[in-house]
Amino acid sequence: MTTAPIPGTPVFTGEFAMKGYALNKMCFSLNNAANRAAFLADEDSYCDKFEMTGEQKAAIRSRSVAALIAAGGNVYYLAKFAGIFHLNVQDLGAQQTGVTVEEFKAKLNGYARFNADVNTGRLSNV
Amino acid sequence: MSKIIGSVATSHIPGIGGAIAKNLQHDPYWKPFFDGFIPTREWLANNPPDVVVVVYNDHGLNFFLDKMPTFAIGAAQVYISEDEGWGIPTVPPLEGDPALSWAIIEGVVQDEFDVTTCQEMLVDHAVTIPLQLLWPEGPPPVKIVPVAVNTVQHPLPSPARCLKFGQSIGRAIEAYAPALKVLVISSGGLSHQLEGERAGFINPQFDALCLNALINQPEKLTGYTTHAIVELAGSQGAEILNWITGRGIVQGVAREVLRNYHIPISNTASALQVLEQVGVPRS
Repeated sequence: MTTAPIPGTPVFTGEFAMKGYALNKMCFSLNNAANRAAFLADEDSYCDKFEMTGEQKAAIRSRSVAALIAAGGNVYYLAKFAGIFHLNVQDLGAQQTGVTVEEFKAKLNGYARFNADVNTGRLSNV
Repeated sequence: MSKIIGSVATSHIPGIGGAIAKNLQHDPYWKPFFDGFIPTREWLANNPPDVVVVVYNDHGLNFFLDKMPTFAIGAAQVYISEDEGWGIPTVPPLEGDPALSWAIIEGVVQDEFDVTTCQEMLVDHAVTIPLQLLWPEGPPPVKIVPVAVNTVQHPLPSPARCLKFGQSIGRAIEAYAPALKVLVISSGGLSHQLEGERAGFINPQFDALCLNALINQPEKLTGYTTHAIVELAGSQGAEILNWITGRGIVQGVAREVLRNYHIPISNTASALQVLEQVGVPRS
């Protein structure tokens, strides 16, 4: 099915699942505490075990979420990589949207004005 | 015969687990979210279930991209909560109900939903957090049947397919001879997006439409493609598929017991919706 791209929204299709396989596999391995320790001890050697591409290794070194996504990373697996550095999803959101974490949180807070109308069922048109 | 009580649909944001671990339920940031569970637990005390069917998506704990089932049903004696890598505390093992699992599997495969069956299944925060919210005092006094929906790797199952899958699960439960009381947990959502330049996207209008439709007009959601769902609800807002599946399990007319929509919790429009199965067919 052909579908128009959604601005600012990567869709993790089969194409990306293939492209990002090694990167995501490395991130998936970080569920394990011993693997996290091995990554932190020598991240280049650790990444070498997963046959990652040069682009993927560079993306890991850069800590850039945008570069990791472009290299095929999926956010559910990347979360395990980000967790090593104690980054939460507001940190990731701020980095990707080019604002400070405080500005990113303020944007989220801006939606709170809708809470009451959703709860009463008044708000429902799209 | 077994009977479906209704459903508790709730967000499963990892931060909730952290807040529980740090006892932040009365903190001003968290209180509006946690307070929704007080009347939910009162409703549950009047309708105590024996088994909970948890419809959720795995976040890279049990399933990797090497094998990614569209629909998977747990059929294990026990489900293990394991390290997810970023620090959420694990919970003690959860007891399964393999007999009910297999009855559901028999039913859905007969209805042409060819599911993956899992006799070993690690369960992540999407399963454990809703159970902790409903039974904060300790291990949940229920058995569980996890039902995993792929919301990670596209193509995702369509909303129409999810609703029908849920309906098939519901029929299998109500045809199951032991007189169990079964609660549905629909885990995830509502609108949110973690990645890309649109990270932080939330869509209260679409969430409101979903909450209203899920009561007794879920067909209003079955015309959407998964691409449209991503556009309207955000990449991870696709977890609404778990809610649509869960609504399918609740048979016939439902009554909305309560809802609690609250922005923001983490990057998400958090939502709780409790539906009670009324016991008459929808016209």
